[in-house]
Amino acid sequence: MEDNSKNRLEGAGILKKTCRVLYAVCVLLLLADGFIHKHTHISAEQWFGFHAFYGFAAAVVLVLAARGLRVVLGRKEDYYD
Amino acid sequence: MIDQFPPALILMIGSLLIPLLRGRLQSAYMLLLPVAGLAHLLGFSPGEYGQIRIFDYALTLVRIDGLSLAFGYVFHIAALLSVVYALHVKDNAQHVAGLFYAGCAIGALFAGDLITLFVYWELTAISSVFLIWSRRTDRAYAAGMRYLVVQICSGMILLAGILLHLSETGSIAFTGLGLNGPGTTLILIAIGIKCAFPLLHSWLPDAYPEATVTGTVFLSAFTTKLAVYALARGFPGTEILIPIGAAMTAFPMFYAVIENDLRRVLSYSLNIQLGFMVVGIGIGTETSLNGTAAHAFTHVLYKALLFMSMGAVLYRTGTAKASELGGLYRSMPLTTVFCIVGAASISAFPFFSGFVSKSFIVWSVANGHYVLTWVVLVFASAGALIYIGIRIPYLAFFSRDSGIRCREAPLNMLVAMGAAAAMCVLIGILPKPLYDILPHAVDFEPYTMDHVIVQYQLLSFSALAFVLLKRTGIYPSVLRSMNLDADWTYRRLLPGIVRVVARAGGSAGNPVLRGGKALVSAAISGCRLYHGPQGILSRTWTTGTAVLVVTIVLAAFLIYCF
Repeated sequence: MEDNSKNRLEGAGILKKTCRVLYAVCVLLLLADGFIHKHTHISAEQWFGFHAFYGFAAAVVLVLAARGLRVVLGRKEDYYD
Repeated sequence: MIDQFPPALILMIGSLLIPLLRGRLQSAYMLLLPVAGLAHLLGFSPGEYGQIRIFDYALTLVRIDGLSLAFGYVFHIAALLSVVYALHVKDNAQHVAGLFYAGCAIGALFAGDLITLFVYWELTAISSVFLIWSRRTDRAYAAGMRYLVVQICSGMILLAGILLHLSETGSIAFTGLGLNGPGTTLILIAIGIKCAFPLLHSWLPDAYPEATVTGTVFLSAFTTKLAVYALARGFPGTEILIPIGAAMTAFPMFYAVIENDLRRVLSYSLNIQLGFMVVGIGIGTETSLNGTAAHAFTHVLYKALLFMSMGAVLYRTGTAKASELGGLYRSMPLTTVFCIVGAASISAFPFFSGFVSKSFIVWSVANGHYVLTWVVLVFASAGALIYIGIRIPYLAFFSRDSGIRCREAPLNMLVAMGAAAAMCVLIGILPKPLYDILPHAVDFEPYTMDHVIVQYQLLSFSALAFVLLKRTGIYPSVLRSMNLDADWTYRRLLPGIVRVVARAGGSAGNPVLRGGKALVSAAISGCRLYHGPQGILSRTWTTGTAVLVVTIVLAAFLIYCF
């Protein structure tokens, strides 16, 4: 079912640069965590880099769970027709 | 008199005159309607207007206060943006339906009592379905029918709830109702259907992607936000709404990650954003209710923007399916930029509109120490980047070369998208004007150093996960497929059961079906006999007969009592 006919990555240059910027930003943000004073109500937020790790983990869990969901609930496009 | 004229009627009556005009005059007139409506609304000071008496009930057609004004402003702005976006359409039915529907939704916002609310509630359902049917395909017709049945059910449950509530309390006032009895429970369920509570939600991703290119933009703004308003008015601080809202932010995410139709992805994400607003209502503090109103305001704008950008893609390429799209940034550079602004806003990047409104709600949750809810909401905030923030722009405009070469969106669409995008950025940078129109005084500052940095941490590392999952091939590829949702129960399961019952019984089963059908026809003909034309209960009786009947009843009562 997968469409592989034209798999050439479009705008590969832009995407590559964007990814490099993203890696740098991630490193900087994690370093910045040591220098800010967090005003929080939830104790976990005080842990070093909590939001960074939680954001990463959330994305991975979401994607893996969605893959599983598709196996169970995925149907052909014309299922109801 | 003119200062008491209900704001809703400008759009409702005005829209009916659209077919009388042609060409540029018609365009100018349609643009004028929401502007005139907004100008009229600005002339109102808070208070109650248009009181009329029907039987024993005092109806308040217009009630203006902080909560209804915040929604009222953004509804007018959304109507104006939708009209600009739809100017190229040569279909009077859509123009009339769109503006009439917007007017009804505005009427419901300002309804001061439950009966007025009910009338507008039903009118929004009936007028909006034409935006789906106007697509003029079999799929759209069927989806519109399902949408209409669900919306009318919501209206019927609302009416039943109002009548029960009336008999319990004797009041039709539309103020804080709270969950305290069967009447208010039914009212909450009716609002819950329109607000797409979990398991009551499937009409939304079912119907919105089937509407016309321009119709979906109208639809995305009004019905669900009207429901949010009604919840905020009737049920602030109702604790059950906190887990309901949290569930709304969580479950549709998994569908949004694997859905192929990009307008359906947007419908799921709309559902998720409603969840944030519902949590804000459940907490019920001034800050959280401010958050709900602010988030509804920004959400209407960025969600309309996203639906407009995907609508432009659908209009130019004939499809909004990720499996057919890709690489459009060369053909539609401006639409790409506007879409990215919408995606950044919904992902709540600092300096975009979603950030200054969603923060209120997440902050209120943390402040109230609802730890589990907080964990879910932050999960949903990180997920937003995955299922929509990156996914939508990436699949439509980058990803791979689909081979599609098309023109940029028409000028009117670009103007509408540009205006919406500008508002998303402006509100993000300067939230003060938005905060000034919220129902309560704002004691909250989203732009503190730590808040901005942790938000960027959350989003950047979520994006990092996306890149790594994509590189390793774990991220789900785009498939030409669909995924079963709660609507499966009434589209497959229930009809299936009926068929099985009919078949399993063979000759014995058929009587069951026939009996069921006979029962329905008996109910219809019974109603017709008593309530139809010349039916005994609908006939106009002469005063003499009426007096006679009343006398007999009273006499019987008297004898019985003795």
